[in-house]
Amino acid sequence: MSKHATTYVPKSAFAKWFESRLPIVGLIHSSFVAFPVPRNLNYWWTFGGVLFFMLVMQIITGVVLAMHYTPNANLAFDSVERIMRDVNYGWLLRYLHANGASMFFVAVYIHIFRNFYYGSYKAPREVLFILGIIIFLLMMATAFMGYVLPWGQMSFWGATVITNLFSAVPIIGDTIVSLLWGGYSVGNPTLNRFFSLHYLLPFMIFGVVILHVWALHVPGNNNPTGIEMKSGKDAVPFHPYMTVKDGFSLVLFLIFFAWWVFYMPNYLGHADNYIPANPSVTPSHIVPEWYFLPFYAILRAVPDKLGGVVAMVAAILIWALVPWLDTSKVRSAVYRPLYRQFFWVWFAVCILLGWLGSKPAEGGYVIAARIATIYYFAHFLIILPLLGLFERPQRMPGSIVESVLGRGAAAPVPAGATAAPQTQG
Amino acid sequence: MPAHAKERPRGDAGSHCMRICARAWSPALSRFQSASIFGPCDTVHANQLREPVADSIASVEPTRRDFLYIATGAAAAVGAAGLAWPFVSSLAPDADTVAAGAPVELDLTPIAPGQIVKVFWRGKLIFVRHRTEEEIKAAQDVNLATLKDPQPDSARVKEGHAQWLVVYGNCTHLGCVPLGQQGEFKGWFCPCHGSVFDTSGRIRQGPAPINLPIPPYTFVSDTKIRIGEGATA
Ligand code: HEM
Ligand code: FES
Repeated sequence: MSKHATTYVPKSAFAKWFESRLPIVGLIHSSFVAFPVPRNLNYWWTFGGVLFFMLVMQIITGVVLAMHYTPNANLAFDSVERIMRDVNYGWLLRYLHANGASMFFVAVYIHIFRNFYYGSYKAPREVLFILGIIIFLLMMATAFMGYVLPWGQMSFWGATVITNLFSAVPIIGDTIVSLLWGGYSVGNPTLNRFFSLHYLLPFMIFGVVILHVWALHVPGNNNPTGIEMKSGKDAVPFHPYMTVKDGFSLVLFLIFFAWWVFYMPNYLGHADNYIPANPSVTPSHIVPEWYFLPFYAILRAVPDKLGGVVAMVAAILIWALVPWLDTSKVRSAVYRPLYRQFFWVWFAVCILLGWLGSKPAEGGYVIAARIATIYYFAHFLIILPLLGLFERPQRMPGSIVESVLGRGAAAPVPAGATAAPQTQG
Repeated sequence: MPAHAKERPRGDAGSHCMRICARAWSPALSRFQSASIFGPCDTVHANQLREPVADSIASVEPTRRDFLYIATGAAAAVGAAGLAWPFVSSLAPDADTVAAGAPVELDLTPIAPGQIVKVFWRGKLIFVRHRTEEEIKAAQDVNLATLKDPQPDSARVKEGHAQWLVVYGNCTHLGCVPLGQQGEFKGWFCPCHGSVFDTSGRIRQGPAPINLPIPPYTFVSDTKIRIGEGATA
C-alpha cells in the first residue's frame, strides 16, 4: 500500500523549479492522489466525480453551442433549428447539452439523498453541505435560463411563470420583475440577459465547487458507517482506490446518459417547445422540466400566491438547517433503525410530489399535494428533532476497519447491512 | 519603515512550500502524518513568518493611517454605490421599449357580441371583450362581499360602455393567458394553476390574488378606443 501513497516529491529539475514557484502539482497530488479516504466508501460516493464530469461536459457543449446560437427573440428559435439540421453534429451537441442537464440533476439528486441517508451534513461538515445547497440553487437557475434560450412555447411560458414568482415579493416585487424582464413582459431584453447569465453561472458553479471540495478536504469524507477515520488502517489513498471506483461508476453513468441521447433524446423535454414562442397563447398544460417538479407541486399546493412562493423556496432552504434540526448524535442511517424508515418515507414523499407536480392542479391531485407538502416540512421540523431524542441507535462498530473486517464476535454490521443492502458496496 | 521586513530570512520554506499549501488545503491529510503511509510534514506556514512584522507596522503611525483608512473606505463605499446604480438601472426597460408604448387605436365595429379580441400594447397582452347582455348581468349581480378583490362591475368599464370590457390578458397569478368563456363563471379560466375569473375579469377562485387589471384607455368615439393614453413609463 505504501507504494501508492507517498506525498508528492518533485523528481526532475524542472518539476522542482516549478513546484517551488507554484506548488500546484503537489496540491493536486495531495488532494486527488494521496488524499486519504475511508476504505469502506460505497458507490453512492462516486457521484461527486460524476457531477464534476457533467459540469465540465455542460460547459464544453455549451460553449460550442453558443458559437452557433443567436440570442435574439426573432432569431433564437431558428438558430436552434439550424443547430439541429445544418451544423455538423449540431443535433448531437444539443442533445448532449439538453439531456446533460437532466443527467446532471439525476446525479445531484442521488448525491443529495446520499447525504441525507448517511448523515453527511452533520458536524464537522455543515459548511460543506451548505455550499452544496448553493451549488444546487445555482444549477437550478442555470438550467432554467438555459431552457429559455430555444425560445419555444415552453421556454417563453416557463420564463413568464418563473419570473412572475418574484412579483409575489411585497412592495418591490413588480420592480424586481421589470428589472428581470427589461420590459413590460418577457421579451427580447429578457432573452438577452438570460443568455448572458446562462453563460456566466456555470463558471460561478465551478468556483463554488472548488470551495466545496476544499471544505470536503478539511474533515475528509464521511462514510457508510458515519464513524470518523481514526487511524491509517481506516483509510486508503484516493488513487488508485477511488479513482478507479469513480471511473467505473462514471462509465456506467455515461452509458445511461448515452441511452437517452441516442434513443430518446426528446423524452425528457416537451413537444410544445418545438413551437415558436407565442405571447398570446399559453400551452394547455404547462409543466417545468422534471427536475423542478417536486418544488412546483409545493408551489401549487399552497392556495396563496406569496405563500406558495415562500413554501417552494423554503423547501430547499430548510436543508441548510438540517445539521441543527437533526438532534441525533449518530450520523449514519445504518445504525438508526427509526430514521432509516423515516428517510425512505420522506424519499417516497419527494417522488410523490414530483409526480403530482406533473399532474394538472385540480381535485385529488391538489389535496394529495397538500398532504405531501405538510409531510415534507414535518419531516424536517418535527420528525428529525424528535427522532434524535427518542430513537435508540443500534450498536456501532468501534472503527471503520472493524466494520469492514468484522473483527469481534458482536459486530453488528450484518444487521445494518441487510436493512440497507446498498451499503455493501 | 520596517526595512528589516525585507531582510528577514525566509528560511528554506520555498523548496517545501507545496507542503504548506497541501496542509492548508487538507488537514485531513496532515491528520495522518504520523501514519507511515502518508509521510511526515514539518514545514512552517508562511503566514507565521509574517505576523510579528505586521504588528510592529501597525503600532508606528496609527493616526495618519487611520485617517487614510477611513477616507479611502468612505470613498470606496460612495464610489461602489454610485457605480452600482448605472448597472442596475441598465436592466430597467430601455428608452426604445418605453417608446414602443405609444398608444394604439382599436376599431371595435368588427368585434361581435360574445367575442374576445387580443391586442398588444407595450408588449403586454390585452383582452377586449364584447360582452353579451347575460354576461353583463352576471357581472353586475354579484354580492361584492363574496369577492376576493371586491370591485363593482361599474368600476371596471367606462360609463355608458358596459358591453366593452378591456383588461390585461395575463393571469395575475403567474402570468399565463387565461382561456375565454371558460370556467364556472364563463369569464376566463387559467389553465396553469386553475384561477377562475368572471365576466368582469374579477378573480373568483384559485391562486390569483387580484382581478385582471384595467389598462389605461379612452373611448375616442363609440366604436373606437385608444389604449395607452396618458400612461407613464
Ligand atoms: C451548469 C451547466 C449548464 C446547464 C445545467 C445547462 C442547461 C441548459 C438547458 C436545460 C438548455 C436547454 C436545452 C434545450 O432544451 O434546447 C440549455 C441551452 C443552452 N445552453 Fe446551457 N447549460 C449549462 C451550461 C452552459 C454553458 C457553460 C454554456 C456556454 C455558453 C451554455 C450554452 C447554452 C446555449 C447556447 C443553449 C441554447 C441552445 C440549445 O437550446 O440547445 N450552457 N442549457
Ligand atoms: S398563472 Fe394563472 S393560475 Fe397560475
